[in-house]
Amino acid sequence: MRYLVTLRVAAQPDGPPPADLMEAIVKLGQEATESGALLDTSGLAPSSEGARVEVAGGRLVVSDGPFAEAKELISYALYEVRTKEEAVEWASRFVRLHHDLWPGWAGEADVLRLFGPADFAPPA
Amino acid sequence: MTVADSHRAVEAVWRIESARVIATLARMVNDIGLAEELAQDALVAALEEWPRNGVPDNPGAWLTLTAKHRAIDQFRRRDTYQRKLQQLGHDLELRQEWAEAELDDHIDDHIGDDLLRLIFTACHPALPAEGRLALTLRLLGGLSTAEIARAFLVPEPTVGQRVSRAKRTLADRKVPIELPPPAELPARLASVLEVIYLIFNEGYAASAGTDWIRPSLCQEAMRLGRVLAGLMPAEPEVHGLLALMEIQASRIPARTAPDGSPILLPDQDRSRWDRLLVRRGLDGLRRAEDLGTLGPYGLQAAIAACHARARTPQATDWARIAALYRLLAHLTPSPIVELNRAVAVGMAAGPEHGLALADALLDERALRGYAHLPAVRGDLLARLGRDDEAAAEFRRAAGLTRNARERELFLRRAAQAGG
Repeated sequence: MRYLVTLRVAAQPDGPPPADLMEAIVKLGQEATESGALLDTSGLAPSSEGARVEVAGGRLVVSDGPFAEAKELISYALYEVRTKEEAVEWASRFVRLHHDLWPGWAGEADVLRLFGPADFAPPA
Repeated sequence: MTVADSHRAVEAVWRIESARVIATLARMVNDIGLAEELAQDALVAALEEWPRNGVPDNPGAWLTLTAKHRAIDQFRRRDTYQRKLQQLGHDLELRQEWAEAELDDHIDDHIGDDLLRLIFTACHPALPAEGRLALTLRLLGGLSTAEIARAFLVPEPTVGQRVSRAKRTLADRKVPIELPPPAELPARLASVLEVIYLIFNEGYAASAGTDWIRPSLCQEAMRLGRVLAGLMPAEPEVHGLLALMEIQASRIPARTAPDGSPILLPDQDRSRWDRLLVRRGLDGLRRAEDLGTLGPYGLQAAIAACHARARTPQATDWARIAALYRLLAHLTPSPIVELNRAVAVGMAAGPEHGLALADALLDERALRGYAHLPAVRGDLLARLGRDDEAAAEFRRAAGLTRNARERELFLRRAAQAGG
């Protein structure tokens, strides 16, 4: 089963993330890759560099970032695992790192399953 | 959280950590069977304790430490004086090592080597293929005997026997838990890759039973391939095998019709191929090419890549595929490679040329009873308009295959050819 884990930040102290957090993130990413679970991951640049395409008032509107949300999407990771609990465990480890190594950081990870071949299989 | 929920959470951690826990213990107690028992004891302890007290911050370390304590208890309980004397030396060394290990912040650095040692030992050529498969899935995949039995459609006690027999063989032959010496590495690595690809193929082309594909085995094989690629990043064949599996697996969503029957490559809806796996497979193939000359797995990945790159069946570069099969036949001569080459030549140069190659294989002992020889001949004969002969070949293929879905496919082709 494939899971997309998105990480959103609600609050973080000013300044760059601590070096040991960055190091721990790299290490955990490597561990997840080497355990065969992590297929793809990347940090995301601030939404000020992005854009949004939406249907508003019945027409297509393109607007440049930053987006007005309180919680900025900062990274995603794609896992191949056997159970939801495994994806939750990896997501927990990533969130815990932020909590442990960057005092004042607050945020959340969503763990979402991707549809796979089984979802389109005929009813048994 | 219900008890069932928390058990699933513990199992998720087990799945992530078990191989590394067993690998670390195997180094310390120098016995794979014992290491696995100790790790299982630690799992039982976790199932009791974590639902009550929560999952510890570093669950892998908790499991390893708990298992180590069990080991010390076991050594202490061994009661005869003689045994104690014999054990004392190793026991003292052990405790020394463990005390150091617990102080050592960089304990993680050993884990890669421990895992590799475990992989090479589980795939040791002294073991029969089925023993290597079962032991690898058990030790490296964290699969239970019941799960392995379900995946291979054999009774659970059979898998249990294979695992215990394999462990006993390793112990009887005093197979050391170590990395192979450089001179033996190519052969030993080949044995590891063979095990992983056998697991993949058992899932991809289920040799028996009613399912055409058992994706969980494919997933497990790819996961093992990724683990190995992380541990041995400089080995081209490791990337070659992983690329081969990923490109083949990318077709799984398109390989089965709604009624469960197989859809062959030319008839597949290519928009359903898993693009992430295609991309990863092509990247992996490039990595293998950058590291040196392609070996057998790399060449097969290169062949699979020809299909992956073709947006339509007509766009397939069959001439390149035929050339790659020629290289493969040179590297690993086999009638099955030759049969595949016949298919490619049949596409690149015309069915009569393919048929000439396939006909040359009719006396091959190794292909006697192999359903795909008559199936390939049937296809080539049908394209030459020799319908009666084609139908007879497809019927022969249907009589030979053990897979029910494949049998239906061959019978359908026989009917289409007018037999």
